[in-house]
Amino acid sequence: MISLYIVTAAALMVSYLLNAEKTMKGLRKGWMKFSKTLPTYLKLLMIISLVLLFTENLIVDYLSQDNILLGLFSSLVLGSVTMMPGFIAYPLARILVERGVPYMVVAGFVTSLMLVGIVTYPLESKYFGAKATVIRNVMSFIVAGLIAILMGVFYGEVFI
Amino acid sequence: MKKLDKNYLYFGAFLIFSLISWIASFDLGIRIWNNFLVFARDMVLILPPAFVLIGLFDVWAKRESVEKHFGDNNNPLRFLWSVLLASTTVGGTFVAFPLANSMYHKGAKYSSIITYITAASLFMIPMSIMEASMLGIKFTAIRLIGSLPFIIIGAILLEKYFEKTSYRLPVITDEK
Repeated sequence: MISLYIVTAAALMVSYLLNAEKTMKGLRKGWMKFSKTLPTYLKLLMIISLVLLFTENLIVDYLSQDNILLGLFSSLVLGSVTMMPGFIAYPLARILVERGVPYMVVAGFVTSLMLVGIVTYPLESKYFGAKATVIRNVMSFIVAGLIAILMGVFYGEVFI
Repeated sequence: MKKLDKNYLYFGAFLIFSLISWIASFDLGIRIWNNFLVFARDMVLILPPAFVLIGLFDVWAKRESVEKHFGDNNNPLRFLWSVLLASTTVGGTFVAFPLANSMYHKGAKYSSIITYITAASLFMIPMSIMEASMLGIKFTAIRLIGSLPFIIIGAILLEKYFEKTSYRLPVITDEK
């Protein structure tokens, strides 16, 4: 996090020394983009705070089931509709592993969590348009499934 | 007078709801607020510098160099650049979406920016380190290496589709 500030400060300084006018224009552009997206970010935060409230228990319940395929499918679906920061997601993933949930299912959850953003739809569609957002997320869902299956193969949980 | 975005109204309502929850010790409302704080803290820290960088990118990045590194179909290295750029993007997709949009309007190919945003959510360095310490290096290694081919193939397929239907990304900033 600190490195981000160092890089930004350095970039600003170099940019300002090279061309002050251009730098100010860049800052204005950055601000315009920011102020245009700020309401979307706020909306997103509110949705996420709500979703997170309901999903945490669901995740532990649904993913620790015996049927591995159902577990995988639930992990992909739950991972897609949820969003949580790494410091909540990974301890949760570890709890799942310790409970004996297969790595494949945990991978499905973690990957779709990162890759598929149903709650980030408002933000993504603003920059990518509705159609591209839907298609990209469908693609990401499939990719998450494939990665999970790959994980299952490597950990010897599924045999092809 | 610019029309106020209705999301600000929702946010105002949300603040009032949280305040009332706090006064009335309404447990559910307080938990929602705490969740909100967890995410808000990250965003408050990350977004301002990120948008400064995006603004600087807009004025400094030359169209030709973006085209050369991200827009040439005969240059397979563009996937490498996309993944490298993604792994160093702080803030994940929240920051990657606006930057990818800028890159697109400077001539980057769909396959490059789709690789970029997909990788930005999967390849974040701090997150991967945390994952490896929690779930083991094997887990992280399989996930990172294994996902690369899928991401790139997926990005190429989507590009084919978008080009066939001549899809355009929305324009965000127009000088006003």
